[in-house]
Amino acid sequence: MQRMEVGGVSLEVLTDGQGPPLLFLHGGDYFAQHRDFFARLARRWRVIAPRHPGFGGSARPDGFRTVHDLAYLYLDLLDRQELRDVALVGSSFGGWIALEMCVRCLQRITRVVLIDSVGIKFGGREEREIADIYALSNAELLRRTFFDPARTAPDYAALTDDEAASIARDRAATALYGWRPYMHNPGLCQWLHRVRVPALVVWGENDGIVPPDYGEKLSQSLPNARFQLIREAGHYPQIERVGEVADAVERFARAEVL
Amino acid sequence: MKVWHFSEMAYHPAWPQLEESYRVIIPSRLYDPKTGADLYHRYLDEWALCDELGINIMTNEHHATATCADSVCTIPMAILARETKKVRLLALGMPIGNRNDPIRVAEEYATIDVISRGRLEMGFVKGVPFEISPANTNPTELMERFWEAHDLILKAMMSHDGPFNWEGTHFHYRQVNVWPRPWQQPHPPVWMPVGSPGSASEAAARGITIGVLNTGWVRTPAIYEAYRKTAAETGRPATLDKLAYMALIGVGETREEGWRRADQILGYSRTSGIVAPQFMNPPGYASDAQSGQALRASGAGFRAGRIQARDGRNLNPRTMTVADAIDAGLVFAGTPDDVFDQMRAFCDHVGGFGHLLMMGQGGLLDHKETVANLTLFSREVLPRVEEVPG
Repeated sequence: MQRMEVGGVSLEVLTDGQGPPLLFLHGGDYFAQHRDFFARLARRWRVIAPRHPGFGGSARPDGFRTVHDLAYLYLDLLDRQELRDVALVGSSFGGWIALEMCVRCLQRITRVVLIDSVGIKFGGREEREIADIYALSNAELLRRTFFDPARTAPDYAALTDDEAASIARDRAATALYGWRPYMHNPGLCQWLHRVRVPALVVWGENDGIVPPDYGEKLSQSLPNARFQLIREAGHYPQIERVGEVADAVERFARAEVL
Repeated sequence: MKVWHFSEMAYHPAWPQLEESYRVIIPSRLYDPKTGADLYHRYLDEWALCDELGINIMTNEHHATATCADSVCTIPMAILARETKKVRLLALGMPIGNRNDPIRVAEEYATIDVISRGRLEMGFVKGVPFEISPANTNPTELMERFWEAHDLILKAMMSHDGPFNWEGTHFHYRQVNVWPRPWQQPHPPVWMPVGSPGSASEAAARGITIGVLNTGWVRTPAIYEAYRKTAAETGRPATLDKLAYMALIGVGETREEGWRRADQILGYSRTSGIVAPQFMNPPGYASDAQSGQALRASGAGFRAGRIQARDGRNLNPRTMTVADAIDAGLVFAGTPDDVFDQMRAFCDHVGGFGHLLMMGQGGLLDHKETVANLTLFSREVLPRVEEVPG
C-alpha cells in the first residue's frame, strides 16, 4: 500500500501495473478479497485503488460526511495526478461515488464500469430496492452477498484483532456515508443523462443485496450503457468471478463502439 | 438518599409468543389495545400511589418492544405532573441523539416542569444499540448529535430574550424561542444513564447526574470512580447526589415473599436483553476494537451489558435466579432488613450514591403485589434509606 496526498487528505492507495490509468472505487466491505481482481486488471492498466476516507488506513477529515465529498475528492485526485483517459470502475458503494463523479465532470474520464452499484432510487417510497443490510442476520447477509458464501466469505474467527477492527472501521465508514437516505442520493437519478461516456453495467446474477433488475434500470437510465450479467456471482462478482468480470472490463475497454 | 420508583410499563401479555427477539421486529398485532389500556392505567395508578408513599417517580422509554410499552417518556410524566402533588418526576429519559427535533424535547420538558410546578428532573439518553433501527438515525454520529442536542436544549431553556440562531453540525434553526420557559432556573436538573467509565467521565465533566443501570457489583465501582476522578479534575467535586444506582427490589413480610416478588420483577432482566443479534451492534455504535471482537466471536452481536456474579462469572440473564441476582448486585430482596442491609453493603462497596432507583414493578409482578411491594418498602425501608447520607 502506498500513500497519496490529495489536497489535505492523506489516502492509503493500492497501485499495481503499468498502462492507462484505471481508478477503482471499492464498496463497503471485502476490500482484502480484491487481490486477484487487481492483479488481473494490472496486466493492462495502471490500477489505482484508494481506500476512501474513513476506510482502511485513510483518515476521514471531519467535514467528510457525504458521498459528494468523496466525488469531489476523487475528481481532485484525477486533476492533481494529471490522469487522462481514465477508466473509472466502481463496485457497490464505490459505483455510487463513480456516478456522482460522472454527473459532475467527465473531463478526465473516458469510460465507466459500474459493478452492482448503489446510489439511485428508482422505485416508490415503500419499495426497498437495496436490501437493508443492517437488519439482516449475519447468515442471511452472507447468503445475499455471495453466490457461494462458504467459498468466499472470510473466516471471521481466524482474523487478528487488527484485521477484525479494520473491517469494523470499514463498516462504520460505510454507514456514515450511506445510512440515510439509505445508500442513495434522491436527486441523482435526474442527472444521469450527464453520464455521457460509454458505460458498462456489470451485475452478479445472484446479487441478493441489489438485484439485477435494478442494474438493468440503471443501465437504461444512462445515455450510453450496456448491461452484462455475471453467472454464479453475488454482490461482488469481481471477487467470485475474477476472470469473467476482468474479461468484460477488457472487452469493454477495447470496443470502439458500443 | 432519595428513592425513585421505576417501571418500564411492560406489555408482558405478548411475551409468551416471543422467542428470538423481544424488540425491533415484533409485529404490533401482538398488542391488544384494550389490554394495553388496562396496563397503562394500572402502571399510572402505581406511580400515583408513590405520591402518597413519598417515593419519587422515574419513567423511561424504548421503542418497538414488548418489554417497555412506554415509547414516549414525557407522556406518562405529563399525566403524573398533574396527578401527583409532592414527589419529584425523573424522565430518564429522552433519547436526544435519536430524536430529530431537540426543540420539541425542550418544549415537552419545559411544559412538564411548569405543570408540575418545578418537580421535573430531565434525563438525556444515548440509547441502547437496538434503539437505532426504530429511529433510523446514523449510529456513527450518535454521540455528536447527543451532545449538540444537549447543548441546544439547555441554551433554549436558558434564553429568555427572544429568538437565537443555531446552525450546528446536525441541527439547524434560525429562530429558537422556546415557550414556556421552565419553572426551575436556570433549567431542571440534568441526568444521564451511563454504563461505562468513559461515559461517566463525560457526564462528570459537565456536572450531570448519572444513573447507573444493570452494571452490578463488579462493573459499578469503576464507573463511579471515573465520575469522581473527572469531577475532581474539572473543579466540581462529585457529591453523592450526582450518583444514582438502579436495583430491582422485592420486599416482603417474610424473606420468601420478598424473593417471590423479586423473582417476578426479574422478568425485566430475563427479557429486556433478548434482541435479534443484527440489531445489537449497529456499525459505529461501539468502538472499532469492540466491534472487531464481536465480529470474531459471531460475525455480529455485541453485548456491553453482560451480567457478572461477584466472582466474575458471567450469568445468563434468561435463567438467572434471585440468589444469582442478589449476588450480582442487581436485586435487593427479602425482608425489610434484608433489603436495607443488601443496599447498604452495595452502597459501601461502590463508595456511596445519593439516589436509589428502585424498580418496584417489573415483568409479571401484578398490581396487587406491586402495591404491597411499594407500600411495605415505604413503611419499613424508606425511612432508613432516607437517613443514609446522600
